[in-house]
Amino acid sequence: MTRTAALMSYEDVLGRFEPVLGLEVHVELSTATKMFCGCANRFGAEPNTLVCPTCLGLPGSLPVLNRAAVESVMRIGLALNCLIAPWCRFARKNYFYPDMPKNFQISQYDEPIAFDGSLVVALDDGSEFTVGIERVHMEEDTGKSLHRGSSTGRIHGSDHSLLDYNRAGVPLMEIVTKPVPGAGHRAPEVARCYVTALRDLLRALHVSDVRMDQGSLRCDANVSLTPRGASAFGTRTETKNVNSLRSVERAVRHEMQRQAEVLAGGGTVIQETRHFDEASWTTMAGRRKETSEDYRYFPEPDLVPIAPSQQWIEDLRTTLPELPWQRRARAQADWGLSDAELRDLVNAGALELIAATVDAGAPPSEARSWWVSYLTQQANTRDVELAELPVTPAQLARLIEMVTEGALTTTLARQVVDGVLAGEGEPDEVVAARGLAVVSDDSELQAAVDEALAAQPEVAEKIRGGKTAAAGAVVGAVMKATGGKADAKRVHELVLARCRP
Amino acid sequence: MTELTRWTAAALAQAIHTREVTAVAVTRAHLDRIAAVDGPVHAFLHVDAGGALAAAARVDAALDDDEAPASPLAGVPLALKDVFTTADMPTTCGSRTLRGWQPPYDATVVGRLREAGVVILGKTNMDEFAMGSSTENSGYGPTHNPWDLDRIPGGSGGGASASLAAFEAPLAIGTDTGGSIRQPSSVTGTVGVKPTYGGVSRYGLVAFSSSLDQGGPCARTVLDAALLHEIIGGHDPLDSTSIDAPVPPVAEAARQGSSGDLHGVRVGVVTQFSGEGYQPGVLRAFEAAVEQLTALGAEVVEVSCPSFDYALPAYYLIAPSECSSNLARFDGMRYGLREGDDGSRSAEEVMARTRDAGFGAEVKRRIMIGTYALSSGYYDAYYGQAQKVRTLIRRDFEAAFERVDVLVSPTTPTTAFRIGERVDDPLAMYLADLCTIPANLAGNAALSVPCGLSEEDGMPVGLQVMSPTQADHRGYRLAAAYEAARDAAAGESLINAVPQLEVATR
Amino acid sequence: MSTISRGEVARLAQLARLAVTESELDVFADQLDVILTSVARVGEVAADDIPPTSHAVPLTNVLRDDVVRPGLSQQQALAAAPSAEEGRFRVPRILAADDPQQRTDMGAEQS
Ligand SMILES: [Mg+2]
Ligand SMILES: [Zn+2]
Repeated sequence: MTRTAALMSYEDVLGRFEPVLGLEVHVELSTATKMFCGCANRFGAEPNTLVCPTCLGLPGSLPVLNRAAVESVMRIGLALNCLIAPWCRFARKNYFYPDMPKNFQISQYDEPIAFDGSLVVALDDGSEFTVGIERVHMEEDTGKSLHRGSSTGRIHGSDHSLLDYNRAGVPLMEIVTKPVPGAGHRAPEVARCYVTALRDLLRALHVSDVRMDQGSLRCDANVSLTPRGASAFGTRTETKNVNSLRSVERAVRHEMQRQAEVLAGGGTVIQETRHFDEASWTTMAGRRKETSEDYRYFPEPDLVPIAPSQQWIEDLRTTLPELPWQRRARAQADWGLSDAELRDLVNAGALELIAATVDAGAPPSEARSWWVSYLTQQANTRDVELAELPVTPAQLARLIEMVTEGALTTTLARQVVDGVLAGEGEPDEVVAARGLAVVSDDSELQAAVDEALAAQPEVAEKIRGGKTAAAGAVVGAVMKATGGKADAKRVHELVLARCRP
Repeated sequence: MTELTRWTAAALAQAIHTREVTAVAVTRAHLDRIAAVDGPVHAFLHVDAGGALAAAARVDAALDDDEAPASPLAGVPLALKDVFTTADMPTTCGSRTLRGWQPPYDATVVGRLREAGVVILGKTNMDEFAMGSSTENSGYGPTHNPWDLDRIPGGSGGGASASLAAFEAPLAIGTDTGGSIRQPSSVTGTVGVKPTYGGVSRYGLVAFSSSLDQGGPCARTVLDAALLHEIIGGHDPLDSTSIDAPVPPVAEAARQGSSGDLHGVRVGVVTQFSGEGYQPGVLRAFEAAVEQLTALGAEVVEVSCPSFDYALPAYYLIAPSECSSNLARFDGMRYGLREGDDGSRSAEEVMARTRDAGFGAEVKRRIMIGTYALSSGYYDAYYGQAQKVRTLIRRDFEAAFERVDVLVSPTTPTTAFRIGERVDDPLAMYLADLCTIPANLAGNAALSVPCGLSEEDGMPVGLQVMSPTQADHRGYRLAAAYEAARDAAAGESLINAVPQLEVATR
Repeated sequence: MSTISRGEVARLAQLARLAVTESELDVFADQLDVILTSVARVGEVAADDIPPTSHAVPLTNVLRDDVVRPGLSQQQALAAAPSAEEGRFRVPRILAADDPQQRTDMGAEQS
């Protein structure tokens, strides 16, 4: 059993040190084909069926660069306010590993295609934090190994491995931040919100599935601590295997506390790669090498340089969709929201749902109110994302329309939504099937009013005597008798009219 | 009628296309010749008699159906250097690590040959992964020079050059990284062309040094080489470094040149390529060839290319560096030899044992040099500096081609040396490529055409003609003119001086 | 003067995955020494204002359309494999991330 290392309290850490973050995010691009060959870029196929001489690294094969991958990365670079290199090359990163068919990875080394940008990250309270982007570059993914002969299926203790190269050569993009100082106690939150913001951006650009759970977005978190008053950054560690947004936050927090404990005890932080353990929320050291690997980078001779013309860059810039922060600003202006209101709907993941509901004809305030309150409650109860609820913006817009027309009361409308969520069909079908329409027929209501007055003669007398406030009791009785389907306001009018002296 | 095996490819093609002779008869004649002489020559690693005869029969059938020939060389046999992938024959690159490896795909060059109706007889021997200048580095034993079986046929494409000189094939395909087409051609009295880099697809050419490798045609005449060049050349979307432009008009230039007139052609003699280390007979043959060019009307001047002195060291940094990376894939995990997998050893150990067992000494030596030259701390002084030399060499060429149309030199400083003579002295071996390397570093076109025999040993000498990038046709024109004058003066073709080879008996 | 030590040769052999015997180390050390001394001449032309040439022909922007092309079947892919199992290449045990640095950029691999 490993001893759990002591950790310094988070407050103490911040009292003595300033954390510095660095985040490296690898993203698999969702192109139709791989980076350097025409094999399909697809997840989940039978092993070694999406391969060709090039991605298997067969002797004699050559790479040819995928235009869509290059343009995706350039668009991402532009969206991140990066400069696009006027001329850049690929390099070979040489090292042996069985999941790499050529025993080198084609990557970019000292000439990334995009560099020197920034991403404005919205934190939980709605405030903004700007993260500098060092570089965005292109490379290729590796194959996948299955480890056999060990009880755990892990590499440790296995006696052989099985390799599938379907993923080999899938386009990867690596986004590296500049060192991020100044986040203070919010460093773990900044890390999580950065990855979230990046994910939302990539989603808006339609360049990747950005599924952390499937590995199409992978984050490595670098953390170092600078003692208060010192100027030079401390030694950093790199934590890998961080497979969810929450893990990013937890890994950074744990690493801050662990390093602080080491430093406070007079020790030194070792520059190393660590692995995040999802179960214990801690990071663990990998085995260290005595000598650092020498990748022997050199320019890839089989690929020619990329030299984007200004025209090409500008053409790509025009294809950029509205970016998430621009979208948020527009929504706030269009819908007249306060900062707090905007934050709430963004946090609820409701922005695009509300927008779609408004597009379907609903007034913004109604749309927002439904998604942020009743439907958010329903999503929480079911433990799903708001967008995963089985109700569409169009259905909600129809519902809101019925309420506005007076065909449904708010109470009834909630019952209709419940029916839609239960799979009972379109709102109109639910209304019909459950008999939820407001009773708007005066003769029907009149009969119910007369019946209620007859049942409470003393109340009727009071009203006739001028005590109109007593009408409430009669209205309540009518509402009860009609199962809530009556329009209470109309019932009130009818009661007063009947009892007019 | 002389034996079919002594005909030129152009003559064979014409006879086949006019139905004077069948492609099957031509192929059979060459297969018989291979059976008779390849024992002592050992030009071939693999002969595909069945496949060749079937391909020839298809050409005959199409011609019998009155179809137009698929190409000017349809029906003509060819020997293919075993460095191009073939889906129907093994591809070994002369290495034990690829013994019996059957690729699942054809190289682009191979596909073009097949479409053109060229009949592939088999795969020829070579220095392992094209590293060498003598074919002694083959994992399957050396090839012998048909002019003198005790001598080397050049390298790395010694199998290709020997197959031509032994009349086993009228055409061959080689690859030239530092001279591996031209130097073997020179020492076997045959014609070999390194096209402009990017002129012939590298897809399916097993890489030695990617930025230098170039496939090209080999033949016994300049016109034959040109006809083959036009079949294998041209843009290939599977090779990013392939030039997207028409093949230079090389066959037309060869025909134009054979008229023998070189008036208006400016020829530069590279002053760096003479003097110490050059065999006197080689220099005399070269000087005689230059006089011949003048006689044909060419204007000959001396041109100095000072950075060419640094071409050899630059090459022996760049090529090993790239090869150390290109050959990393031969690790016994996916194809080829796997050594030492006893169930207990790790992948890393098995890789190291496989590579130790599968590679010969020269390959290992170059991998080590390349690993060193690229490693951190040495990169700038070695690889980086070599890349700068490359720039200087390109500038020298550019400056020279401002003044002259082509540059000439001896192809290699000596004639064929004896087998075994240089195997223990890598630096001496490397000198064989002294004159050929600049064109690889700069990427421009160059060829070797026979220019007589050396007085000392009666072995062939080659004249190298270097042309600007994508002006391959200039070299063809000059070489064809020289070739015509040479043969006219001698009364017959130089290649006829190859001694009669012992006919193997069963 | 020897510019390259035995230890350095051993390290190079390790980087290049070449199993080298003790006696081969000496041979390599000698030969590499001779060759590297010879090629070091490239240093003589040193000039800061000379750009390096990585590609012989100055092409740029060679790109392919993002269109699927047929590749190999699983059977073709595995045909030359020294060992195969479950439609995959079977390889000897991979040492547990002895080399976390090496996998730095690769992410998703469990270790
Ligand atoms: Mg990377
Ligand atoms: Zn592929």
